[in-house]
Parts: sequence; C-alpha cells; structure tokens
Amino acid sequence: MEYLSLFVKSIFVDNMIFAYFLGMCSFLAVSKNVKTAAGLGVAVIAVLLITLPVNYLLNTYVLAPDALVKGVDLSFLSFIVFIAVIAAIVQIVEMLVEKFSPELYSALGIFLPLIAVNCAILGGSLFMQQKDFLNIGEATVYALGSGLGWFLAIVSLAAIREKMSYSNVPAALKGLGITFITVGLMGIAFMTFMGIAL
Amino acid sequence: MNAKLKETILNPIFKGNPITVLVLGICSSLAVTVTLKGALVMALSVIVVCGISSLILSLLRNTIPGRVRIIVQLVVVAMMVILVDQILKSFEATYAIDKQLSVYIGLIITNCIVMGRIEAFALGNKPWPSFLDGVANGAGYGLILIIVAFFRELLGSGTLFGFDILNRFGYVPNNLVILPPFALILLGCIVWVQRSIQKDLQEK
Repeated sequence: MEYLSLFVKSIFVDNMIFAYFLGMCSFLAVSKNVKTAAGLGVAVIAVLLITLPVNYLLNTYVLAPDALVKGVDLSFLSFIVFIAVIAAIVQIVEMLVEKFSPELYSALGIFLPLIAVNCAILGGSLFMQQKDFLNIGEATVYALGSGLGWFLAIVSLAAIREKMSYSNVPAALKGLGITFITVGLMGIAFMTFMGIAL
Repeated sequence: MNAKLKETILNPIFKGNPITVLVLGICSSLAVTVTLKGALVMALSVIVVCGISSLILSLLRNTIPGRVRIIVQLVVVAMMVILVDQILKSFEATYAIDKQLSVYIGLIITNCIVMGRIEAFALGNKPWPSFLDGVANGAGYGLILIIVAFFRELLGSGTLFGFDILNRFGYVPNNLVILPPFALILLGCIVWVQRSIQKDLQEK
C-alpha cells in the first residue's frame, strides 16, 4: 500500500512541473505538438527510471557518511557524481534509441542529448537524497511516478497549445506569455490533488 | 569601456533577457521566489557561478577537444556549484537560509543559462568579455527573479525581506500568490509588458 501511495503522490501531488517547476525549459520548448511531446515524455520516464535507482545505490553505498570508509563523509561530491551518472546514461540511451528506433531518434533531435541537462532528472536525484527512501524499490517507484507526472503534464500542455493556435490572443501575449499563464492555470487545477493520502 | 563591451553587459539585462526572451533557466528559478531573500541568494549564486565558469572555460577554450566539451563544461560548472553550496551551508545557521534552497542551488548545474552562455559565448571569446557576459546574464536572470519575488512576498505575505509592509494597513495576505502556479502567471505578465514595449519580440 505504501508503494501505491508514493506512486500516486509523485504523479499528482508532487508533480515535477506543477509543484516544483522542474524541466521547464524543454517543457515549454517541445510542447508545440502532441506527438513530439509524447516522445520526449517517454524518454524522460526512461532516463529517470534508470538514473534514479543507480544514484540511489551510489548515494547509499558510496556517498553517505561512513558508507565506503568509516569516518569519511563524501556527500559533498553528490552533485558531481549524480550529473556524471546522468550524462553517461543519457549517452547510452541515445545510442540505443539511434540503433533500435531511428524514427524516434530523428523526431527527438537535439532534445535527447539535452535530457542530460533537464532539471527534472537531476532534481529527481536530489529530491531522492532529501526524502531518505528506505530501499531501492521506493526509489524506483518514485522515479516512475515523477516520470509519468512529467509525461502527463507535457502531453496535456501540448494538446492545449494545439487547440489554442485557433484562438485570438493579444499580440504581445502570443507564444511564450500565454503559455506561461496556461501552465499557471494548469498548476492551480493540479492543486486539487494536494493533501490526498492513500 | 568600448561600445561592444557595453553591449555585452546591457543586452542580457533587458533586450536579450535570459528568462523572458531566451526562455532559459526557468526550471530552478520559480520555486525560490516566495521570499525576496531566497531570490536574492539564488540570484547572487547564479551570477557567481555563471561569471566564474564562463571565465574558466574561456581560458581553457583552446585546449578542450570539441568532442568532450560538454563533459568538461559540466565538471567546471558542478565544481563551482559545489563551492557555492558549501559556502552557503556555512552561513545557513547565521542567516537562516532556507534548507529547501539547497536543492535549487544544486540545480544551477543544469540551469540552461550557465551552459547556454558557455556554449554560445565563452567558447568563442576572450576571458574578460566572457566573464562580463556570464555576470550580465546572471544579473538579467536575477532581475526577473527579484521582480517576481517582490510581488509574491508583498502580496502573498504582506512583507518585504520579512518586514511588515502591507499587514499594518489591515491587508489580508493572499495565499494564492504564495502557491507555485502564481509565479508562472506573474512571469507571463512580465513577458506581456516587455513585449508590449519591444514590439519586435512578438511572435506571429
């Protein structure tokens, strides 16, 4: 039951986009149509699902105080270790996608390598460090949940933006401005989930 | 100071602002704008990280092989962020800096402004202009952060820097303003104002 609660919580309540604004740059840039948005969303889920458990293991068995050598606290190295792991895994995922699905590879274009600097990925690892998960299962469930939350957010924004291209928006607000406001309103809608505990 | 250098400094602050024009670095910025103090700490950290890592990478630009440059950039930026984070941690107790801020300081590593300016400017220019470019972009980012934080703290808590401003006139704080989505709506309004003044930025 605890896993289910964590899962639902990480999708809706602690939504990466609407509660923490993580991964905003690619969220705004790639949400012009639903198809590429869904592709990027899937890539983010995959990368989170691999990097978060790996970083969890590193954090528990290498970086935590007294983990590697007694009396040594390596936790100040966590930023650099996490980002190195993420960059390496994104590189591997990129090569795999290029080999097995060239179609998706060309659709994602520059955004696949940019996942390495997507704040949602590093943010996931940093929040994992703050939340003190008990075991690797919880970390994996958290990764899946926050990835799905991000996917949900980008696909729904892309759908709204596709519809919005037919509406009459003030010239100065077109594009970026109205997108910001839309995301804000979506965020308010997502606040309904706040405080839900299973 | 010659005209080109002046342009380097002034452009990122208004005309080419990293947040409202280039849409870079929104990720780590909005959650820290609930209070002016948080925004100020974040702005200063980004200025320092952006300026010094631009300087270092500009000094190294002729010795870094093109293929591995991203990794080298990440290492330099991560090193700077670790330094800033450690310095802030030592002040945490004295100045009561929010602990939540630590996650967002870490996220400066993936802040697109830092990487973007290094890629676009520092790798092709001499150290001194690169340093100024980094600092100016950090400042442009900080400016937006402080504007957003000013309104959010004033309307959301009725205070500025923790001092009572509106509360003493019987103002009831509006909790909606403290919630994260409002920062985005405010940012949308800032973009609206800027694009009404600078018509050439409008999208068709």
